[in-house]
Amino acid sequence: MPALDRNLLHRFGLLLVILFVGLVLSFTTDTFLSVANFTNVARQVSINGILAVGVTFVLLTAGVDLSLGSVVALSGVACATFAHPGEHSVFVPIAVGLLTGAACGLLNGVIVTRGGVAPFIVTLGMMTIARGLALIVSGGRPVANMSDDLTALAGDFLGIPIPVLCFAGVSFAAWFFLRNFRLGRHIYAVGGNENAARAAGVPVERVKLFAYGLCGLLTGLAGVVLAARITTGQPNAGQAYELDAIAAVVIGGTSLAGGVGTITGTLLGVLLIGVINNGLDLMGVSSYYQAVIKGLIIVGAVWLDRRQARS
Amino acid sequence: MLRALELRKDFGGLTVLHPTTVEFRPGEVHALMGENGAGKSTLMKVLAGLYRPDGGCVEWRGSQVVFTSPHDALVAGIAMIHQELMPIPGLSVAENITLGTEPSGRFGRIDRNAQLLRASELLRELEADIDPTLPMRSLTVAQTQVVEIAKALGRQADVILMDEPTAALSDHEVNALFRAIARLKACGVAIVYTTHKMNEVFRLADRISVLRDGRLVGTAAASEMNPAKLITMMVGRELADIFPLRQPPTDKVLLEVSGLTREPSYRDVSFQVHRGEVVALAGLMGAGRTEVASAIYGMQPALSGQIRLKGKLLSIRDPQDALASGIGMVTEDRKGQGLIPALGVGQNITLSALRDFSLGPLIDQSAEASASKAQMVEFAVKASSPTQPISQLSGGNQQKALLARCLLGGPDLIILDEPTRGIDIGAKAEIYALIQKLARSGKAVLLISSELPEVLSLAHRIVVLRRGSVAATLDAATTDQETVLRHAMPL
Repeated sequence: MPALDRNLLHRFGLLLVILFVGLVLSFTTDTFLSVANFTNVARQVSINGILAVGVTFVLLTAGVDLSLGSVVALSGVACATFAHPGEHSVFVPIAVGLLTGAACGLLNGVIVTRGGVAPFIVTLGMMTIARGLALIVSGGRPVANMSDDLTALAGDFLGIPIPVLCFAGVSFAAWFFLRNFRLGRHIYAVGGNENAARAAGVPVERVKLFAYGLCGLLTGLAGVVLAARITTGQPNAGQAYELDAIAAVVIGGTSLAGGVGTITGTLLGVLLIGVINNGLDLMGVSSYYQAVIKGLIIVGAVWLDRRQARS
Repeated sequence: MLRALELRKDFGGLTVLHPTTVEFRPGEVHALMGENGAGKSTLMKVLAGLYRPDGGCVEWRGSQVVFTSPHDALVAGIAMIHQELMPIPGLSVAENITLGTEPSGRFGRIDRNAQLLRASELLRELEADIDPTLPMRSLTVAQTQVVEIAKALGRQADVILMDEPTAALSDHEVNALFRAIARLKACGVAIVYTTHKMNEVFRLADRISVLRDGRLVGTAAASEMNPAKLITMMVGRELADIFPLRQPPTDKVLLEVSGLTREPSYRDVSFQVHRGEVVALAGLMGAGRTEVASAIYGMQPALSGQIRLKGKLLSIRDPQDALASGIGMVTEDRKGQGLIPALGVGQNITLSALRDFSLGPLIDQSAEASASKAQMVEFAVKASSPTQPISQLSGGNQQKALLARCLLGGPDLIILDEPTRGIDIGAKAEIYALIQKLARSGKAVLLISSELPEVLSLAHRIVVLRRGSVAATLDAATTDQETVLRHAMPL
């Protein structure tokens, strides 16, 4: 019971913060409270959302992935390279983007599990490697001239932006997976106590490999979606995306020490960051100040949360 | 010299220590006895400045004091050996022992030579053969415990609070500790001592205070007490002989280990375990008991030798292989290698056998829930619900949950490494009964325990290890503690 209560309280608390921010914005701006703006927020958060869901898996195993932003760029460039009109079917660039991301993630996972190198270091290395590769593949220039079939991915389906649908689908699948799959349970066990999980017969290495691989795959998806949205493969895209994604997950109650966290928490974290970004934009706050304010809110939210958890 | 005056402590609205008044005198060993959750550790932690009292006060040398941190208490002269070991794994043994009291050399630097010297003196006082330059992480649980004791001894305190200092120790180290305690007593140090081992209390204590459900039941001179009376005071009821009767084993060989070797831990270890039999691995700390068990369970496979189960040669590379072959294990280090603290009791129990409650890769939630509930009932795991995080349970209930996990998959051979460490006498009795029940049902148990009475009463046969080799195989019915020890001691 106490655990359940705290969970509810936590989600409830975060929801209240989001509603409060929304309420303030509804009164201070005339544009916040509109269907158009809500659609806008959803579209804006979808890429960070997909990344956050992916990195939730890694954080749950007590790991970390700092290479998200760079891999977004590399996947986007790889996707765009195969997306020139009339060359391939639309599925080819999509597959190339997804596989590029998955390969980077798996490589992270292999080095973490087989090499025993700390995830922080491995993914820090991948961060600069993937960025370098993106620049090499693209020759340092944006890869333009993408087919309409692919850029249509940034459009609407039944009035809902496709990136938002991707985000929703990914979130639901991840939520269902962590709840109902044996592998999902194993992820919590490995993050909660790796040695105990191993002693209980959990295939710890395979579980971690899966988490990094899946995170990579979703990063690839984010790369494809971003490329479709900006209609180019940008080697410099995705700078510091990993920070927003990890911040969202941590705000959502996932422990950096692993083993604790939920997808619903992550969604709320993504939403909070999205609403804050949107609100600051609408209020016309300069981007310099935006960065400061966002940082304060992230630290403040987690601080409040931890204080609540301790009491 | 140290007095608890009407001391009270609450946790989240629950009073875990009702107003308690006890006095601790210099040159005296004062044992605090009680089941888990009786309030012994809480009382000690308040005295050591770790917890702030919610009522009453601590009187120290005639004046009331408020310790706001363990540091305050240490400065005043009160040191504590904690039940949960808290080593700093990255530092050396010597650095751990002198932590916070590092001898300073010139320019405020640490005087490394003095540090090493002091550490080795303290270790020698405990007759421990541990190299103080080793990194802490390379030590076994028992060695870590010895280092923690050395650390407290090095504080030159006037009061030393010892919360189950011998939980991880074998008889040899226990004896060394007792000799050190005798020397401290002679110097006028007051010792406050908790343990779950009955024989220690009467060897050591001058006075005994019994706590039950957070209340002081009474304090008496040890000479006025006896084990039966003490148990009655602790549990509030008469407890019959807690060791159940052994049934004779069958002659069907279940496990056959031959020539198991992993230098330098153990070599050429061979023995058999029959169906219906409880075999104990006995030996001093570092004799290789846990290492041999870990090899059979695949946590650290042997480099050579054979393991046969039901006559079939097994190749066990990790615990997954062992579980699939029908070997289960409850590890010695409950916190480090047992519990997944954030998961619920139910999910902890089903972790090893989750495949049995799955449809393909999917967990069958209702099958899992009913299995975990059934296990909780069968093993008498007390928790508010299956979703309660296992970290919130008492040690005894955690241990029963881990046993439930181990047995859910239906293993034929069950390895139990120190299954009763640090749990109260009620839970111990339940685990003893369980071990005999397993044997009666045709399974086999390989037991490791540092408590010789436990070994002698539970096991059919005792395989004594000495420095990694089998020194003797004894029939438990015809042997005694002295014989086991004689074989276990290095010549």
